[in-house]
Amino acid sequence: MAAPKASDQVGSKMAKFKRYLPMYLMFLPGAIYLIINNYIPMGGIIVAFKQYNARAGILASPFIGLQNFEFLFATPDAWVITRNTILYNVAFIVINNVLGIAFAIFICNTLSKKLKKVYQSAILFPYLMSAVILGYIVFAFLSQSNGIVNKSILPMLGKDPINWYSEAKYWPFILTLANTWKGVGYGCLIYISTINGIDPSLYQAAELDNATKWQQIRYITLPFLKPVVITLVIMSVGRIFFSDFGLFYQVPRNSGLLYATTNTIDTYVYRGLMHSGNVGMSAAAGFYQSVVGFIIVLVSNLSVRKVSPENAMF
Amino acid sequence: MRDRPNSAFQIVSNIIMILVVIIVVLPFLLLLMSSLTEETVLVANGYSFFPQKFSVASYAYIAKSGAQILRAYGITILVTAIGTVIHILLASLMAYPLSIKNLPFRNALMFFVFFTMLFNGGIVPSYLLWANTLKVKDTIFAQLLPNLLMSAWNVMMIRTYFQTSIPDSLYEAAEIDGASQFTIFRQIVLPLGKPILVTIGTFAGLGYWNDWTNGLYYIVRNQDLYNIQNVLNNMVSNIQYLAQSTTSNTAGALAAIPTTGVQMAIAFVAILPIMLIFPLFSKYYAAGITLGAVKG
Repeated sequence: MAAPKASDQVGSKMAKFKRYLPMYLMFLPGAIYLIINNYIPMGGIIVAFKQYNARAGILASPFIGLQNFEFLFATPDAWVITRNTILYNVAFIVINNVLGIAFAIFICNTLSKKLKKVYQSAILFPYLMSAVILGYIVFAFLSQSNGIVNKSILPMLGKDPINWYSEAKYWPFILTLANTWKGVGYGCLIYISTINGIDPSLYQAAELDNATKWQQIRYITLPFLKPVVITLVIMSVGRIFFSDFGLFYQVPRNSGLLYATTNTIDTYVYRGLMHSGNVGMSAAAGFYQSVVGFIIVLVSNLSVRKVSPENAMF
Repeated sequence: MRDRPNSAFQIVSNIIMILVVIIVVLPFLLLLMSSLTEETVLVANGYSFFPQKFSVASYAYIAKSGAQILRAYGITILVTAIGTVIHILLASLMAYPLSIKNLPFRNALMFFVFFTMLFNGGIVPSYLLWANTLKVKDTIFAQLLPNLLMSAWNVMMIRTYFQTSIPDSLYEAAEIDGASQFTIFRQIVLPLGKPILVTIGTFAGLGYWNDWTNGLYYIVRNQDLYNIQNVLNNMVSNIQYLAQSTTSNTAGALAAIPTTGVQMAIAFVAILPIMLIFPLFSKYYAAGITLGAVKG
C-alpha cells in the first residue's frame, strides 16, 4: 500500500478504509460467534423476571417482577447451594495452592532432568481427564458392590462396607480429594515456571553463606512466588461463585441423596432447567450467579491491579 | 534451585514426588485392571489392582457388538477434528487485527472480546437460545457449536503472542511488496504464530474430546449423535434411573447397560488417545497454562 500516499485527503481516507477493511472482515466471523454464543444470552438473563413460556419465547413471556427470586430465596436450597459453592471453592483454593507450591519446590529441587519431566507430566495428566472419566475412576473406588474400598480395603481393616453414594457426610472429603487429584497440576506448573525464572546465582550465594535449604526456600523461593500466588488466589476468588459443574454432577453420579453436600449453584440451575422443568427458579439462580459473580470478578481484578498491575485483566 | 546431590532435602523431595506419581497413576491402573478382569471374578471380588483372572472379553465386546460405542467414538473424533480447526482459524483471524497497534477502533474491539470473559448469561438463556431459537437440538451442530467453537481467552493469548513475537517490519515489507492482508495472514502470521496456534489447538481439541455437556443438554432423542463421553454419562444415568425406579418396567434401561467390565473398558478407550499423544502435546499444553495465567 505504498502508492496512494501521495494522493489527496479523500484518497487517503479511501486508502485507509481499503487498508483496514480486510482486518475488520477477519474480525467478523469470531465477532458473530461471540454475539450468538455470549452477547445474546447476556440479554437473555431477563428471563429471570419472566414467567417463561416456551411457545412465546423469552421476549413475549409475561413479566412477573421478582417472583422467581422470591420463590428461590424462600427455599432452603438458595442457602445450601450458595454455601456449598463458596466453601468448596475456598477449600480448593487453599489446598491446590499449598500443595501446588510444595510440589513445585520439590520438582524444581530434583537434579535429574528426566525425573523432573516425569514428575511434571504426571502431575499434569489428571488435569486432562473429563469429569465423566473422573466420575468413573471415583466409582471404581467407591462403588457399593464392586468398589475396591468396600470390597478390599475396608474388609482388610475389619470394617463394614459403606454405602458411599447415599451418605452425604463423606462427600466434602471425597469431592475435595477428587478435585485435588485432578487439579493440583495446573497451579503447580505455573509455580514451576516462576521458580525456573529465579536467578540461580541467588541460591549459589546463599549456599556460600551456608544457608540451609529451608532458609533458601523461605528467603528466596517464597518471596519470588508471592506475587504469582496472590494473583492466582485472587483470580480464583473471582470465580468463587462458579463451581465446576462436571465435578459436582459426575463424581456424585447425580445421586439425590447427596444433594445436601454436593449441590452447587451450577448443578441446581441445571436440574431446575432440565429435570424439574422449573425454568423460572433456575433462571433466577442463574441471574443471581451471573450478577454476583460479575461483581466479585470486578472487585478481585481491582485487587490484582493493586498487587501486581501486569497480571490484572484490565 | 540448585543443591548438593543426595542431600537430605533432595531425598525427601524425590520420595514425596515418587509417592505423588504413584497416587496419580494408581487410579488409571485400577481402571485398566478393572476392564481386564474376568466378569465373574469382578462380580465376586470387585475392582482390583491384581485381578485373579484376566480377560479381554470387554474389549472384544466393544470391537464386536459395540456399534453404538464405535459410532460415538467416530463422532468424538470427527467433532474434535472439525471443531479444533475452526476454533484455531476463528480465534487467530480475530486475534490478528487486534494485534495491529494502529487499527482504528482497536480498543473498542478489544473490549467487545474481553467483556465476554467478565460476564456471562449462564446456562439458562444460553440453552433457550441454542435449543429453542437456533434449533441445534439433536443435530451434529449441537456437539460442535455451543461454547467450544471459539474462546475470548484464547483470542487474547494469540493476540499477545502475535504482538510480541512478530515484528512490525515484516508487515511493512510485505505491504510494500503489495501483499494483501489475507496473504500476510496466510504467509506471515500463521507460520510465525505456529507455536501459539498449536498450544491453542491442544486446548480446543481437548475441550472437544472431553466435552459431555453439549450432548447432555442438546442431544436428547437422537442417541446416534452421542460422543464417547455422552455414552459413558448415559450409562451412569441409566443405572441411576434403575436404582430410583420403583416400577418393573426397566427392561429397556437394563438392556442398555453393558457389564461393569465393559463400562470400565469404554472409559479406558476414551482416555487412551490422550495417553498416547500426551508426550507430544504436553509441552505445548503446559506452555499455554503458564502463558495464560501469568500473561493473560
